[in-house]
Amino acid sequence: MTGRILVLLHKEWLLELRRKSVIAGLGLYLFSLVFICYLTFALHQQALNKVTWAALYWLTVLFSVVNAAAKSFIGERSGIFLYLYTVASAEQVLLAKLIYNTILSCLMALAGFVLFAVFIFNPVQDVYLFLLIVLLACAGFASSLTLISGIASKASNSNVLMAVLGFPVVISILLIAIRATRNALDGLGRSSSTDDVLILVAINAIAGAMAYILFPYIWRS
Amino acid sequence: MKNGLKITAIVILIYVHIAGLLMDVPRLAILNETVRALYFHVPMWFGMVLLYVASSYYAIRYLRTQQPDDDVRAESFAHTGTAFGLLGIFTGMLWANYTWGSPWHGDPKQNGAAIALLVYLAYFVLRGSVENREQRARLSAVYNVFAFAAMVPLIFIIPRLTSSMHPGSGGNPGFNVYDLDSRMRFVFYPAVAGWFIVGWWMATLRYRLKKIKEKLDEREFA
Repeated sequence: MTGRILVLLHKEWLLELRRKSVIAGLGLYLFSLVFICYLTFALHQQALNKVTWAALYWLTVLFSVVNAAAKSFIGERSGIFLYLYTVASAEQVLLAKLIYNTILSCLMALAGFVLFAVFIFNPVQDVYLFLLIVLLACAGFASSLTLISGIASKASNSNVLMAVLGFPVVISILLIAIRATRNALDGLGRSSSTDDVLILVAINAIAGAMAYILFPYIWRS
Repeated sequence: MKNGLKITAIVILIYVHIAGLLMDVPRLAILNETVRALYFHVPMWFGMVLLYVASSYYAIRYLRTQQPDDDVRAESFAHTGTAFGLLGIFTGMLWANYTWGSPWHGDPKQNGAAIALLVYLAYFVLRGSVENREQRARLSAVYNVFAFAAMVPLIFIIPRLTSSMHPGSGGNPGFNVYDLDSRMRFVFYPAVAGWFIVGWWMATLRYRLKKIKEKLDEREFA
């Protein structure tokens, strides 16, 4: 089981390296988003307080992650699905995609953080807590959006559907992440954000479990 | 028996409308007569949640048994649930206009309700954009179950974390602290039951309508 997943992960990684334009496109998308935020806000830096920073940051991350997760099923040639169907079970495919998307979204979130720190400013006081929240929220985004991408890839206007189906589902993760980030920005005691972190873990558990149970039904077609 | 239930619901709702508008209600500051919204607004939400639960139940059943009928049922219940949700939002806005001063106050409850509606509107968009019938049934069932699970933290957890002015949350007295004295209970509980039965009825009507349309289509092609 784990061996198969590792092989699938390796395959994702190799494919990513071969289609560098895709990953470059994602990077550029992220950069453009941050740059737009910079142009519209940082010219009068006083206007941007920490709460706005957190909201802007998470919106940027969300939009990039939606695009990154969308490509996990949308745009793949149908031959690949057929091939994967013969060599691996639905759960293995899902877990491989999920882990890959989690890693990819974490990387994008971190890149986004660096860009935000360079162009706008870096208000994070409690870095470790912030990283933990980034990891948890990205895992949550990835597990919800991977399943949604699977659904949207089967429908006709996939790219629009990806946004329409995805946003309402991830909004609870987004809200909790913004709340928790505010605490990390203020450098409050860890105990004040324990609740938010636990809720994130719980939401991830729900989203992950639902994706794991439901994905085989999409995969079968 | 079935007709008996429907007649009961109609009688209950006639009673609810008359009693809800005419009977005495407790005098409360700010709320005043708007406390009567309890009879018409809150049952909409109870109805919506129950109808969405029914919709998810049929979606799960579809995934287990692949019976096309279950898919039609899930769609009908989601449809009726959305109608209830819209009515709930509008009655809530009406109420908020008089007690909070503006129809849309950005309250967590209002936002959560709006997002819940977005989820189910997205569900209908999804249904509209898949051509193959079996595929549409399967995909929308998966989304239905997943979205319902994702909605749970949104509706039941987040409003409790943030401060809200909605009665029953954020430290505000809910309907069972003092404003729902025993007189109001006599109207409120029948109202919930009556509206729910009507919702169920509407959903089954829609289901039967869709079945008849299907049969007519089949006859046309045959």
